[in-house]
Amino acid sequence: MSSRHPVICGIGLSDYPVAPHLNSVQHHALAARRAIADCGIAKSAIDGYVSTSGGGPAAGDDAVSMAEYLGVNHRYIDGTMVGGSSFEFHVQHAAAAIREGLCDTVLVTYGSDQLTRMGRVLGTGGFQRDAQPVTGAMQMATPYGLPLVGAYALAARRHMHEFGTTSEQLAEIAVGVREFAGLNPDARYRDPITAHDVVNSRMIADPLHKLDCCVITDGGGALVMTTEEIARDLRQPPIYVLGAAGTQTHWNIHQMPDFTQMGAAVCGPEAMGQAGVTPADIDTAQLYDSFTITVLLMLEGLGFCGKGEGGAYVQEGHLRRGGSMPANTDGGGLSSNHPGMRGIFLLIEAVRQLRGDAGEAQVPDAEVALACGSGGWLSAIGTVILGKDGPS
Amino acid sequence: MRVVRDLEWRGPVPAGEGEYGEFFAAAAEGRLLIQQCPVCGHRQHYPRALCTACAAEPEWMEAAGTGTVYTYTVVRQYGVPAFAELPYVLAMVDLPEGVRMFGGLTGIDPEAVEIGMSVAAYARTYDDTHAMVFWEPSQ
Repeated sequence: MSSRHPVICGIGLSDYPVAPHLNSVQHHALAARRAIADCGIAKSAIDGYVSTSGGGPAAGDDAVSMAEYLGVNHRYIDGTMVGGSSFEFHVQHAAAAIREGLCDTVLVTYGSDQLTRMGRVLGTGGFQRDAQPVTGAMQMATPYGLPLVGAYALAARRHMHEFGTTSEQLAEIAVGVREFAGLNPDARYRDPITAHDVVNSRMIADPLHKLDCCVITDGGGALVMTTEEIARDLRQPPIYVLGAAGTQTHWNIHQMPDFTQMGAAVCGPEAMGQAGVTPADIDTAQLYDSFTITVLLMLEGLGFCGKGEGGAYVQEGHLRRGGSMPANTDGGGLSSNHPGMRGIFLLIEAVRQLRGDAGEAQVPDAEVALACGSGGWLSAIGTVILGKDGPS
Repeated sequence: MRVVRDLEWRGPVPAGEGEYGEFFAAAAEGRLLIQQCPVCGHRQHYPRALCTACAAEPEWMEAAGTGTVYTYTVVRQYGVPAFAELPYVLAMVDLPEGVRMFGGLTGIDPEAVEIGMSVAAYARTYDDTHAMVFWEPSQ
């Protein structure tokens, strides 16, 4: 059975952060081409396909439309759509399918032309921009004018109230991520910033400033997952899926049970338990940085520090280059790229680190990496533990 | 609950399908409704067709219309034309009945809002028979 252990054998990025020559479907396809070429697997060997249900069949980038476009005659398909963390859930599902023998080789793809198509107005825009009546549970919030940033601001304000967390502490997260972005020639913003810059940037929704928020870009990514046995004959060293777990505490922000507690507190320990590791064993973490507060809550949930201690923890510099747990080493969503759903880039960067291919941002001797995605409004959280070596 | 007749509401409105419609219709009559389960006693908001705790059919109950601010934000930039009048305050309010409710918080300088402050609900109609629930500082 161990030869069926699920691994990530191929990774690919499409063009980012600004790619007006590509539409969403083409982002999927370019990333898929590069991931397949990366590992050298025969296209015909792919018998599983996973993507988000996407913009719906009209947009042509939903899972069934994309499986057809990419020409994948799948035995296994999953269109799980839980927001930005969908890809952490996809790895959980694909790993189980591979282990169980439902399929051997799974292609996971993502693509978005968000910046080119919608422009930066999206940043403080809503999901329903016109005067159409709002359906479902969103009708309890959207009609009041709740922007995306505002939802996260509610959590940040509560955390500050309960634990004394400061804007300067949140800013430290953005500063550290920007430092890594400076090492990534493709990152959207690369010039160094200080905590002073962050707290003095325009206030969008108290207490979150412009530089507490992720960038808006185009982009796409793809993974090829297969069995350990098949991966032996491929071009790249296999990166092992050691643990994968997900959970959902709510969907709409107004239903979040505790605004200072993220589902990472559930799926983090579960994924680490599967992998037989503790936070101390993680060499690098790729944490979904839609906003600075997302990272702070994630750190506490995952157990890198105690609840309420996230502010002090980040100020100690752990997430920085050379720190005890360098995070978002590609420049993250705060500085590099965020085409709308960033979860796949966390996994791709974790794989690059474990392969030793991260260039100047390489974490020395990285053997275990964590990717934690947040989907919705701190709602659906997925944690994946990847290893350079298989389970011992 | 005080009802303000405001048919000039420029923002998007709730669709009010299913149980939601009863909530917004009651608000227009000055009643703030939440749900309580007749079997297990669980209380919930927003309204649903089942109790999220035990799956029984919930019943409506009227809340007092008071609460305290659990958390809030001051929106200072938003690209939607209907919300061009900035800044404004949005809050999560803890009701003494045990549920938490989201809404606009008005009648106060945004800089003066504090977590834990006492607030009271009022309703603003968006059509002849339906209203959204807002909050203002308690008198």
